[in-house]
Amino acid sequence: MPEQPQTERPQSDRPMIEIRNVTRSYGAFKALDDASLTIKEGEFFSLLGPSGCGKTTLLRMIAGFDNPTSGSISVGGQPMEGIPANRRPTNMVFQSYAIFPHLNVEQNVAYGLKRLKLQGGEEKRRVEEALAQVSLTGLGKRLATELSGGQRQRVALARALVMRPKVLLLDEPLSALDKKLREQMQVELRRLQQAVGITFVLVTHDQYEALAMSDRIAVMFGGRIAQVASPKEIYQRPVNRQVADFLGGMNFVKAEIVEENGASLVVDTLGFGRVKTDKPKTFVRNGAAATLGIRPERLRVLWDNATAKFEVAGKVVERHYFGEITHLIVEIPGLEKPLSVTETNDFGADDIPVGTSIRLAYDPEALVAMAD
Amino acid sequence: MTATAEGSPPLRMTRARRNALLQSEPVQGLALISPTLVYALILLVLPILVVIAHSFWTQHYLTIDRSFTLENYRIALTEPIYRDLLWRSLYISLTVSLLTVLLAYPIAYFISFHGGRHKSLWLFLITIPFWTSYLLRVMSWKVILGYNGVLNSGLMGLGIIDEPSTALLYNSSAVIITLTHAWAAFAILPIFVSLEKVDRTLVEAAKDLGDGPLRSFLRVTLPLSAPGVISAALIVMIPTVGDYVTPKLVGGKDGVMIANAIQAQFGKASNWPLGAALSVTTMVIVTLMAGATVLIIRALQRLAR
Repeated sequence: MPEQPQTERPQSDRPMIEIRNVTRSYGAFKALDDASLTIKEGEFFSLLGPSGCGKTTLLRMIAGFDNPTSGSISVGGQPMEGIPANRRPTNMVFQSYAIFPHLNVEQNVAYGLKRLKLQGGEEKRRVEEALAQVSLTGLGKRLATELSGGQRQRVALARALVMRPKVLLLDEPLSALDKKLREQMQVELRRLQQAVGITFVLVTHDQYEALAMSDRIAVMFGGRIAQVASPKEIYQRPVNRQVADFLGGMNFVKAEIVEENGASLVVDTLGFGRVKTDKPKTFVRNGAAATLGIRPERLRVLWDNATAKFEVAGKVVERHYFGEITHLIVEIPGLEKPLSVTETNDFGADDIPVGTSIRLAYDPEALVAMAD
Repeated sequence: MTATAEGSPPLRMTRARRNALLQSEPVQGLALISPTLVYALILLVLPILVVIAHSFWTQHYLTIDRSFTLENYRIALTEPIYRDLLWRSLYISLTVSLLTVLLAYPIAYFISFHGGRHKSLWLFLITIPFWTSYLLRVMSWKVILGYNGVLNSGLMGLGIIDEPSTALLYNSSAVIITLTHAWAAFAILPIFVSLEKVDRTLVEAAKDLGDGPLRSFLRVTLPLSAPGVISAALIVMIPTVGDYVTPKLVGGKDGVMIANAIQAQFGKASNWPLGAALSVTTMVIVTLMAGATVLIIRALQRLAR
């Protein structure tokens, strides 16, 4: 793969895919329930959620393999209703890769070009170019059965990219690969997307994959879109407990709303006292109760006599060693559930004995108010 | 027993070796198939050897002269009557297998791709004709195609023809129609099995890459189901060359096939060596034809890329 510039490709704000109130029902069951979404041109967009959340259904409807029960989808400003998959400006990388077993790598990649009847070696040139993009140069004559999982995945990618689609759809493309290869491919996919500038829509159930690769993520649960935001915002400012829980660990603390205005909330908690936090845009007040969340890595162990402006005191009840980090479970007086703390091992967090009384520092900024 | 074994180490060695031999995979495999193998040797290979031997001998009224001769093959290959019968048999069997595969493919495709929950029911329905005897099924075609048969009365009732057509029964077309119907299920099943094995996402991928339904069928589904088509063609072609009952019942004079001639040599004409030579010739030609069919379908498959 050629060296890519370090700067991120500037994105346009033009919408590429517009999903308006799309519902897909199977009898009484709604696989997708009134989903609306805008994906911008040149964006790397992920649909993230547990299995059965409707993410694959949505992807297949963009591709044209399924149709909405109600609502509309448009790609590149063109309504997709009634347009079959073979005439849509989208191409898909299938979860199983769907490499044609009776064709070799070159023939697989050239499959969609054959119909276009390109002149003067153009087909061959484009196939070579696509194979080079996915670092498969020289493997053109191999049969699909002679390829490794990672290579098959690259063939599937080249076969879709060679069509120069407006949108590339990826259905859990990395789930069949082992961990190491998966991480390598995440980086490569992101680089490739930056290089070709095509809008990528990725379906995944792996939160780290989504966080590492995407410009924006839509988190889905039970057929509904829970939150659409950048990876950082999704991770730091999840709109509800479900989203927070799905993306890594989160400590939840019960809170009572004391004061609410346009931009901020003042809440009372037992462990953290009275805290003022940002009010999320999507926050819907439901009585006086709310939940505060704080990520385990946003709690820091205070060593010796160090002090911090904001701290809580507690007792270590469990310790789990993970190599570069240690998970501490710390009981705080007044909190119904102990806090989970992730500390790097540079200062010896892995040596803190169970039963030790410790103090934890936190930044009030890291406390997120969530609707219950 | 134990005492003997303990007292004589060499015996124990042989027993261990024998056990090892009995537990080796090839031996176990051979042991498993030996009843079938013996059966096949006695009832298949032996008779074929007898037939081949006879084809080089000569019949002298009631005795057989066992001196080697190629005279039977000369007759089988050069006598116009046998040559014509052989050609006709090959023509009929090729036409029947082509028609059967052409008619069976859509049915197998329908069951595999659109059968839904009722796949087994459909397959079950296809086997229903086999609940009656083969002879009865051939006879029923006689009723349909005959002078006063169902087809003629139907066509006359509709005013399409004025008098019953004699072109329907007692010719090679009647044989082709009857055999095509009789062998349908044998073609549907292997094609169905190979279509079942076609990964549906491959068809989706073809569609995704711009192919309409017909193109994706020709470029993906059909080439991938070629093994089923090959076996269907062979399963129909090989036995129909030597079919004897159908031409006898619905073939009339124009529908006589090589098997009828062979039967005549072993029966009325009482010339076993000539009958044997005709059988061997047919066998060799069928083998060549089957091989050619496989090669042709493979070549077509490669062409589809």
